[in-house]
Amino acid sequence: MTVAPLTDSRPTLAVWKFASCDGCQLSLLDCEDELLTLAGAVRFAHFTEMSRSTIPGPYDVSLVEGSICTPEDAERIKDVRANSRYLVTIGACATAGGIQGLKNFAAAGAYAGAVYAHPEYLRTLESSTPIAEHVAVDYELRGCPIDRGQLLEVLLAFLAGRRPVIAGHSVCQECKGRGTVCLLVSEGTACLGPVTRAGCGALCPATGRGCFGCFGPCEGANTSALATQLRETGTDEFEVARLFHTFNAWAPAFRDQFETSAALAAATSGREVRRDDGVGR
Amino acid sequence: MSHGSTPDRTIGATGISRVEGEGSLRIQVHDNQVTDVALEIFEPPRYFEALLVGRHFSEAPDITARICGICPVAYQMTACAAMEDVCGVNVSDQISALRRLLYCGEWIQSHALHVYLLHAPDFLGCADAVELAERDRRTVERGLDLKRTGNLIMATVGGRAVHPVNVRVGGFYRAPDREAVAALAEPLRRARDAALATVSWVSGFDFPDVTGEYRFVALHDPDRYAIDRGRPRSSDGLDVAPAEFADLVREEHVARSTALHARLNGVGHYLTGPLARFALNAAALPPLAAEAASGAGLTAPCRNPFQSIVVRAVELVFACDEALRLVEGYEPPEPPAFEVRARAGVGTGVTEAPRGLLFHQYEIDDDGIIRRARIVPPTSQNQLTIEDDLRRVAQGGLSLDDHALQWRCEQAVRNHDPCISCAAHFLDLSVVRT
Repeated sequence: MTVAPLTDSRPTLAVWKFASCDGCQLSLLDCEDELLTLAGAVRFAHFTEMSRSTIPGPYDVSLVEGSICTPEDAERIKDVRANSRYLVTIGACATAGGIQGLKNFAAAGAYAGAVYAHPEYLRTLESSTPIAEHVAVDYELRGCPIDRGQLLEVLLAFLAGRRPVIAGHSVCQECKGRGTVCLLVSEGTACLGPVTRAGCGALCPATGRGCFGCFGPCEGANTSALATQLRETGTDEFEVARLFHTFNAWAPAFRDQFETSAALAAATSGREVRRDDGVGR
Repeated sequence: MSHGSTPDRTIGATGISRVEGEGSLRIQVHDNQVTDVALEIFEPPRYFEALLVGRHFSEAPDITARICGICPVAYQMTACAAMEDVCGVNVSDQISALRRLLYCGEWIQSHALHVYLLHAPDFLGCADAVELAERDRRTVERGLDLKRTGNLIMATVGGRAVHPVNVRVGGFYRAPDREAVAALAEPLRRARDAALATVSWVSGFDFPDVTGEYRFVALHDPDRYAIDRGRPRSSDGLDVAPAEFADLVREEHVARSTALHARLNGVGHYLTGPLARFALNAAALPPLAAEAASGAGLTAPCRNPFQSIVVRAVELVFACDEALRLVEGYEPPEPPAFEVRARAGVGTGVTEAPRGLLFHQYEIDDDGIIRRARIVPPTSQNQLTIEDDLRRVAQGGLSLDDHALQWRCEQAVRNHDPCISCAAHFLDLSVVRT
């Protein structure tokens, strides 16, 4: 993709919500130091969480949070695309289907019947899918939640007409950068850092827990090598499967490893992994 | 403009703004009487209670945090309380104090967001806080500064402001350093002054004259203003253990909402949140917050829902003051977490999320696998009461033109800071006058 500078002196920014927790758009409001300056540089043309007023499109930049779970939303995202010069997806729901993407692995109808007395009132799809499975996306920003520093970088890049500078490497490099001793090597703690995209600042290892993959797969994620390492340090196969089966479960690299580990766990334990039950043991 | 000569009206808003999540509002007026009111929630359901089944009990705090990006700590704390209840663990006072500090951070962040960015613009005729800042930048900056302080507490104790990473069943992965916690004191002193200035500011707004008839429900803690623990109590005499309360709450699935509607069995609907807490627990407010309330002319109970913004501001004073007390008395918990061994059974956790009472109930097996999950967020519990308010506010506002009435009705929804993402779970308004 080439990014042309936005020539309008005050370009329009729209924020759209699909199935999500609001945490990623909240990250924009969490830019307490920059919010009013940003509001001087762009027009918040559609941002329902923040404002009653809406300016009709088209919009220069649309930020899209959330995944597609309903037939209406599968149509609505096409309108957003048609009305946006650049469409940027933010967060694990928009880029990988989110935690609600776990239902993609379940038997049809199992989830609705478990939560709602009258599933017939619901108009939902059997899947939770990322925005890029429905429309062309100009940039995907990862994270559950996204990092607000990275969000500002993406917005500034699009305003200036350049590619955002966001690393695609793994969390391991962030641990090295901040001098955190490797938990996987030194303590045998199960950690997804080697296959997870950087961006959070390696928060979890710094608090003494293994990375649990909020930012989804890094570029070239070698999940099978990590799974081997996890087994060698005593993590059982059900646990390996479960580690890959959270907020970015539908991201291809994590999905494949989950399938492999779930099949292996079932074969070696003689117990079936019940998909409609998550990963039980 | 009077609509007395054209008695039938429909007023509606599709896409209620300045709430968390997406919903709509429809009001039917016939012969100058409000005949029907519906708060419709179309937020796509995300099926948390189903996807938790089969997961390990230790995963519940991180998974349920993702229900709401505005109040993830409420979900984490409530999940921990429920799991510790199943497994028979009581954490140390130091862990409880650190949890309460983290929760105060979320209250400050969420209340500052609601008071300054979502609710105050209504009283001042602004579309949003950006327009408000064009008129009065220093005030909006004061709100952003408060919010920043709440987020700073969450980042210091929890690792990050949205979906903290440092919380686990049994306590914390790591106790924050004394220096890092001590560094919160100075911003908290400024935040406490900003919260006092907030009470003065919002108490001067013009409030529509509305009196709600509410059954208030809030947690009660004999020792303090309840946040992280307590027994559910109501304004009509209920006083029960969390598990009994969970048994009393009946949820109904109606066609217009992907949020379930909650009622107390045999009693009816109720209200949780700042108005309820203030009504039932005002006596437990420490002196600074109690004086701020009386200085603002508030006496418990406050039954004008539009004044919830003043109560929220008083709770900001309380949360800053309480956080400061906890910072000054901080002892790093050692160990930072208690070991929690899975034990088959059912456990209940109840806490006060910024927007009201939240409970979780889980059944787990001996391997620690979740077999059943039930999560009842504040907005599900408040939804029927919000519709009552809408009926009252719309009936009282029929002399307004459609534009003004719609705005007033949206405001009536925002009075209760509904979190529609939590409750399913959305806002859009339509008023139909026929």
